[in-house]
Amino acid sequence: MSVLDIRDLQTHFFTDAGVVKAVDGVSFSLAAGEVLGLVGESGSGKSVTGFSILRLVDPPGQVVGGQILFQGQDLAQLSNREMRSLRGNRIAMIFQDPMMTLNPVLRIETQMVEAVRAHERISHAAARDRAITTLAKVGIPSPAERLAAYPHQFSGGMRQRVAIAIALLNGPDLIVADEPTTALDVTIQSQILAEVQELARETGTALIWITHDLAVVAGLADKISVMYAGKIVESGPTGQVLRAPRHPYTAGLLGSIPGHGRRGERLTQIPGMAPNMARLPMGCAFAPRCALAGDLCRKTAPGVSDIGGGQGYRCHYPIATGEGVP
Amino acid sequence: MSADIQIPDENDPGRLWRLASRLSAIAVLAALLMLLSGTGLPPLMARFILLIGLIILAAVLLRGKYAKFFSGPAAYVATASLLVLVVLAIFAAELSPQNPYDLRQLDIMDGRQPPGSTNFDKTMTFHLGTDEQGRDILSGILYGLRVSLSVSLVATLMAMVIGVVVGIYAAWAGGRIEAILMRIVDFQLSFPSILVALMLMAAFGRGLDKIVIALIIVQWAYYARTVRGTALSETRKEYIDAARGLGLPAWRIVFGHLLPNCIPPLIVISTVQVANTIVLESSLSFLGVGVPITQPSLGLLIANGYGYMLSGQYWMSMYPGIALLAIVAAINMVGDRLRDTLNPRLSR
Amino acid sequence: MLVFLLRRLAQSVFVLIAMMVVVFFGVYMIGNPVDILISPDATPAEIEETMARFGFDQPVYIQFLKFVGNALQGDLGRSFVHGEPAVQLILSYMPATLELALLGLVFSVAIGVPLGVYAGYKADRWQGRAIMTGSIFGFSLPNFWVGMLLILIFAVELRWLPSTGRGETVAFLGMRLSIFSSDGLQYMLLPALTLALYKASLVTRLARAGTQEALMQDYVKFARAKGLSETRILFVHVLKNIMIPIITVLGLELGSMIAFAVVTETVFAWPGMGKLLIDSITTLDRPVIVAYLMLTVLIFIIINFAVDVIYTLLDPRVRVRGEGV
Ligand SMILES: Nc1ncnc2c1ncn2[C@@H]1O[C@H](COP(=O)(O)OP(=O)(O)OP(=O)(O)O)[C@@H](O)[C@H]1O
Ligand SMILES: [Mg+2]
Repeated sequence: MSVLDIRDLQTHFFTDAGVVKAVDGVSFSLAAGEVLGLVGESGSGKSVTGFSILRLVDPPGQVVGGQILFQGQDLAQLSNREMRSLRGNRIAMIFQDPMMTLNPVLRIETQMVEAVRAHERISHAAARDRAITTLAKVGIPSPAERLAAYPHQFSGGMRQRVAIAIALLNGPDLIVADEPTTALDVTIQSQILAEVQELARETGTALIWITHDLAVVAGLADKISVMYAGKIVESGPTGQVLRAPRHPYTAGLLGSIPGHGRRGERLTQIPGMAPNMARLPMGCAFAPRCALAGDLCRKTAPGVSDIGGGQGYRCHYPIATGEGVP
Repeated sequence: MSADIQIPDENDPGRLWRLASRLSAIAVLAALLMLLSGTGLPPLMARFILLIGLIILAAVLLRGKYAKFFSGPAAYVATASLLVLVVLAIFAAELSPQNPYDLRQLDIMDGRQPPGSTNFDKTMTFHLGTDEQGRDILSGILYGLRVSLSVSLVATLMAMVIGVVVGIYAAWAGGRIEAILMRIVDFQLSFPSILVALMLMAAFGRGLDKIVIALIIVQWAYYARTVRGTALSETRKEYIDAARGLGLPAWRIVFGHLLPNCIPPLIVISTVQVANTIVLESSLSFLGVGVPITQPSLGLLIANGYGYMLSGQYWMSMYPGIALLAIVAAINMVGDRLRDTLNPRLSR
Repeated sequence: MLVFLLRRLAQSVFVLIAMMVVVFFGVYMIGNPVDILISPDATPAEIEETMARFGFDQPVYIQFLKFVGNALQGDLGRSFVHGEPAVQLILSYMPATLELALLGLVFSVAIGVPLGVYAGYKADRWQGRAIMTGSIFGFSLPNFWVGMLLILIFAVELRWLPSTGRGETVAFLGMRLSIFSSDGLQYMLLPALTLALYKASLVTRLARAGTQEALMQDYVKFARAKGLSETRILFVHVLKNIMIPIITVLGLELGSMIAFAVVTETVFAWPGMGKLLIDSITTLDRPVIVAYLMLTVLIFIIINFAVDVIYTLLDPRVRVRGEGV
């Protein structure tokens, strides 16, 4: 049975400027120990998808449709209390900005111990011991001493490790990691990446790794979902999607990775800008930026085409297999 | 930003409103002066002019923002109460059953009668009771309301004028002058207003004019600081440079551009400040260093009745107290709505 | 850090000197104290003798220099009425005022913070609006009237608490305090509550604004993602963050609390230095007025310093920056 099964999730923001469909019909599922890479440009709705799973979408946002099944249970049906007992316990999230996620005026010890004791009746000392072990696991040197420190006494990378440690504290079944490494420099990035991957393998934790950088997930994820303007435009096993992308947007993302394309080929960029989410075009949201778009694309939005092997895409004129990067 | 330079336009719909606001402001000031000095038009007429002028000013202020201002029952209640209280204060002489300070109308035999009792020869009813000299409390409250309101209104207006002049001058002059002026302002503001006012009144002695002066001295620095802040941020804006570049004289820039921009925050502050001043004045009067006994404000009425309260004759203090609370709360609530309506960034 | 403290010290000294000038010449204008010191039928010789004894016969500037010189030695003259050194007199009245102001401060935090945090949490709901409207009444109620109302309700009608006076006191570090005896505490309750009401409204507003802002921060969302209860988030995560500005403001308000105690003490016949001040103003007891002002200024300066220190202790970010310098 899959750990997480999302079906046709819709999360909308009811703003003064109109309804923003930040997440508009997202579906994916995840088995234990599996790693899903959720990829997309800024503003495509990746974080909102993550917050929807934890039922932490801020007003004026609201989950207005679809289902989120966690271990077979519909999260929308849970009471607030039941949902709270899942958060940080069975489902953990690592936030995008390590500088802002820790409370500046509370010691690391307080912030870690409370996360344990919110879900388990154990002594402060026992919770503290677990905090020390977990901090050591994510590579914080002399963790016992560092517990007494305040967040501002850590560097950005260290803070993100602390946030990761907090997510790991209760051995969750699912971790939503929202671009946890974007704010870090490259060496630390790969270090943390390797550590998290190992941890997930060890404990059988399912992992959703949100990023705008395909290169990050290439070596990490079992499968990839590519998001554009609130919709998943392509998904499938990592190797397959990277080798033979069908959606022009995926192909565009791949083309803009330096060193990935064939030797001698010019580095391509996706033309145009990310769309205004409050005023999306009526057909395919990517059409205005798409070299392959036709009249059909500007009139009707494409449905999901399943091509087997777990791969699927939303496109009227997909790239033929073997053609590669345009 | 260059659009901010106003060009007189015959078809500008705002022109009529601006004209109305200027005319009514002048009318209000003239009426106030006449009433205070007791010359000019007959008092009743001046009072009507004052009331109508005030209503027009309020209407101009809220033009196009009524929906935002009246966004809840509290706003209606507060505005209605304020209107009623202001009318009562303006027409105190006409509305009150007795002139409480005309000794011929008083009879010591009617002293300390509970609410609802009648006078000795059954010609009038004291709805709110009488004080120790047989004065009708209701009449006392109406007259007291007028004293309280006019003292704080006049003091606030004058303090505002001084504060605006000092604040704009400091922002305009800059350099040493600004530093010295602002040091003085800071120095004064570092002491609680009640302490400063208490000392001043101790030095001056009781009196209407003296308490007004004391209340002005206590407040001006507050306006000066606010105005300087706004003026400073305005002088940095491009349109002021543009106006300077056009060779406009300094006074035109100050009156045409700086002043209008300083007005909205000032109105919000001064509304609340009138309420604070009423409280301050009543506290001073309560302590015996405020208004003279011959012209008691609400605070002095409360103080006069205080001695009888513990013996159960509550009405002499209680009803003036309720009137005081009503006027201060009404002004504060209207001020709160004004702050939200005119300038949401400004908060206490 | 040290430089900062030294600068503050210099500023304070300047304020003190400025106050001396203002106070001396301000008070100089109040009436002629000789009139109340000497009976109207005294001989001119007697008057002269008294004038000389109190130094009124010398030119103003000599009196001022003498005043400054004496003030630096802690001598601000003798009370005309009580015959005691003015500074000593005020110091003997001061504990009563200080304990009243402190208890008032505690009350205003105890009332204002929970209300404000709750109002911030329910900002757009009727509960939040009701609290905010209520706080306007808190601002609007004149101090002396609240006191009267409380006396009327709790002392006259219900007879739960004594109406006026100070009650039993206990000696503590050489001061006589009411706060440590249950009888004394009963007498303190109403005046402290009266004094607290205005500040409680202020604290409510501050706490509400702070809570609203804190609730929008990522760390609150992260705390929710950890599965913490709303109570813990509000009263640990949010509260700890908003307490810093609240303590700062309140510390600065302690001075105005002492000033406003003048009114409260008069209403409750509380024998503190506020009541002493009012009595001295009515009897034109000049040295006492001057001493009161100078001591109040001194208290203000001390408070400002203390607030800086507390602020540094409370906010770990400031603390570290301070250590770095
Ligand atoms: N509080 C909000 N109010 C209104 N709209 C919002 C709000 N939060 C998010 N959105 C909308 O939801 C869309 C998706 O936002 P989201 O944060 O999920 O993007 P993202 O994919 O995580 O981008 P990034 O890579 O920058 O983190 C945005 O385009 C934004 O317009
Ligand atoms: Mg994001």
